[in-house]
Amino acid sequence: MLIKRTLMAGLAALALAAGSAQAQTTLRIGLAEDPDVLDPTFARTFVGRIVFASLCDKLFDIDKDLKIVPQLATGYEWSDGGKALTIKLRPNVLFHDGEKMDAEAVRFSLDRHLNAPRSGRRAEISVVKTIEVADPLTVKLTLSTAFAPLIAQFTDRAGMIVSPKAAAAAGEQFGQKPVCAGPFKFVERVAQDRIVLDKFAQYWDAKNVHFDRVIYRPIPDASVRLANLKAGALDLIERMLATDVPASKTDAKLKVVPVKELGYQGITFNLANGEKAKAPVGADARVREAFELAIDRNVINQVVYNGEYTPTVQAVPPSSPFHNKSLKIPGRDVAKAKALLAAAGMPAPVVNLTVPNSPDLRQAAEIIQSMTKEAGFDVRINVMEFASSLNAAERGDFEAYILAWSGRPDPDGNLYIFVTKNGPLNYGKYTNADVDNLMNEQRAASDPAQRTALLGKVMEITAKDRPILYLWHRTNFIAHAARLSGFQPVPDALIRVQGMKLAN
Amino acid sequence: MLSFLARRLAQVLPTLAVVSVIVFGLQLLLPGDPALVLAGEERDEKVLAEIRERYGLDRPVHIQYARWMWGVLHGDLGESMRVGVPVGELVLSKLPVTLQLGSMAFAIACLIGIPAGVLSAVKKDSAWDYLANALSLWGLSTPNFWLGIMLILLVSVQLGWLPPSGYVSPWEDWRQSLATTIMPAFVLGNSIAAVFMRHTRAAMLQALSQDYVRTARAKGLTEAVVVNKHALRNALVPVVTLGALELGALFSGAVLTEQVFTIPGFGKLVVDAVFNRDYLVVQGVVLVTATAYVTLNLLADVAYFLINPRLRQE
Repeated sequence: MLIKRTLMAGLAALALAAGSAQAQTTLRIGLAEDPDVLDPTFARTFVGRIVFASLCDKLFDIDKDLKIVPQLATGYEWSDGGKALTIKLRPNVLFHDGEKMDAEAVRFSLDRHLNAPRSGRRAEISVVKTIEVADPLTVKLTLSTAFAPLIAQFTDRAGMIVSPKAAAAAGEQFGQKPVCAGPFKFVERVAQDRIVLDKFAQYWDAKNVHFDRVIYRPIPDASVRLANLKAGALDLIERMLATDVPASKTDAKLKVVPVKELGYQGITFNLANGEKAKAPVGADARVREAFELAIDRNVINQVVYNGEYTPTVQAVPPSSPFHNKSLKIPGRDVAKAKALLAAAGMPAPVVNLTVPNSPDLRQAAEIIQSMTKEAGFDVRINVMEFASSLNAAERGDFEAYILAWSGRPDPDGNLYIFVTKNGPLNYGKYTNADVDNLMNEQRAASDPAQRTALLGKVMEITAKDRPILYLWHRTNFIAHAARLSGFQPVPDALIRVQGMKLAN
Repeated sequence: MLSFLARRLAQVLPTLAVVSVIVFGLQLLLPGDPALVLAGEERDEKVLAEIRERYGLDRPVHIQYARWMWGVLHGDLGESMRVGVPVGELVLSKLPVTLQLGSMAFAIACLIGIPAGVLSAVKKDSAWDYLANALSLWGLSTPNFWLGIMLILLVSVQLGWLPPSGYVSPWEDWRQSLATTIMPAFVLGNSIAAVFMRHTRAAMLQALSQDYVRTARAKGLTEAVVVNKHALRNALVPVVTLGALELGALFSGAVLTEQVFTIPGFGKLVVDAVFNRDYLVVQGVVLVTATAYVTLNLLADVAYFLINPRLRQE
């Protein structure tokens, strides 16, 4: 009894100690991973972008309808047939070190993105040939070729402007103490534990910032992340499991916000990358069509993802104005699938399916396996740890590979690198001259309607050729405490702190 | 004494050299190109080449090893490819966290395991004995990660008594530090407590059947004195040896426990580094751990040498 009483008292004391540590104006966000280096030029992870949303403002941003809106820039103008771009900057913007954010800083930052060795941004804006300072608030870019998606590139890390003074002083170590022009400034980072940012009082949009401090905590296990939110140790978490959604929706203390992603999940087929391309599914388009007819995306979505994902047959999600509405998801048709296999002379083709090791993808692969079996397929699942599977894909050591793409605001980012001849992520080495021409044409076209038509055609061709069998657009579930208000879901699934408030 | 030390040191250095080769070789066996992982989603051949060049991944394996060893011998473990922080700095910041967690877990294991073992031996075949045995079976068969999640759900989510994860240094706020580490330490200590209980019970049963215990009882000593002074002291010798061996289990257990409770310690550092193919971090952590083991072994040998006069006569 005495022991029990002592223990209870001890625990109560600890609970008190735990409760008093957090001030109310702190926002605590749970991330699914520990971000990589916090330097916009070198950063490469999605979670890193979530932190940057508070730390580093960009030239432009996107809103919930995927429209491009001003941030550090106030406007832009194309000239010279889409080969010159003039960007007007917001006046009176300061970096966290008190330096002025002006045209020279933009020139410095873009130059750094383009030319720093190992830059992760170079590929995104490599069309930029020269960067000129026209006046303190105007930057003029000339491009080597017309490239309509460039503005969309500036809504992400390639558009982040860093303090030239701080960047020059820190050199390679800039990511250890980044200095940008976002709503919060960097305070400290303890690897794998927390990233702490404090409100930047001179932020140009400070009236929309209602927190003194933001703390990001990486918690890789989704159940533990949710437990932290429920226990009140976090105010908001990203990437909640779809299977946790129903129970959390009935919890009055929580709010679940589904954010439909910009990317997709699909099966990439090896069409011409080495020996493995000779497998039935790579060699004959009819086998791929039969494969598609043998599966039912809706069933997989219901079973694995509680129906929360969006089945698809294209790279561009419905939230995008470039989504091709005429493409319909084919119904399951086992008889037709069998007929196609018979016509191809392969009634029982073996398909080796590479699956990155995650519970939901394994389950989805097993359903695909049993569904396609009815049509005669013999799907052999090869579960691989993600980094290894990526390497195998690069080498051409795969027949079919379940792979996701996180997506880009501009549809070019979801297509060009995957379906054009020399696209760096075209693992299956798909080639179609029409696709290449159309993709290059849409890049040069500045009229959105014209681009929509060209991209629509590309998606119709790829839906027939099936270099990638698009399966579904995922949903990123953001969950937050009910007393937190003002969270705006934007399709890039980043967490914008502006406008958010915490009630007592 | 000096020649003994010299002989032992002569064994230590080749051991560490072999360990360094194994550590380096193991990472080569890991599939997955670190440059590809580091490059992220966007792929640019030129950038990949620059990454390989920066971290020497384009050099022949023996040159990579030599460059790494040269750095290590000069006290430089290299730099994390993912976060750009020196590996030595990462290791030094994580080590105290795991040491704190480990020693708390060890203390908990002793506090639960040894009294339970004594009790079940003294009250052999009683309800106490069965209860202690059942508990130890439970402790041995409960995986750390499961127990961790269950405790988080019960203690943090349902009861709201303790923070569900995270870590605060005791120098910063000792109460908060205790609040964040007590649950993971219990989870980690739980299975070791079970091992301690079983061994203490067996050793105690043996000790209690010895002649000197019968003599002690015959002298009219109270049962408490017989158990604590005569039986337990002797029974503890093998348990102490076992305790030293269990330190290894403690470190490997810390890997999982730290993941579940998001404690930024050694275990979490190495797991994240493996998944991110952050080779220099993996190599650094494993080398430091191995060196610590070898050094502790050496110290233990020296201690034996000092304690046991028979060794000295050789």
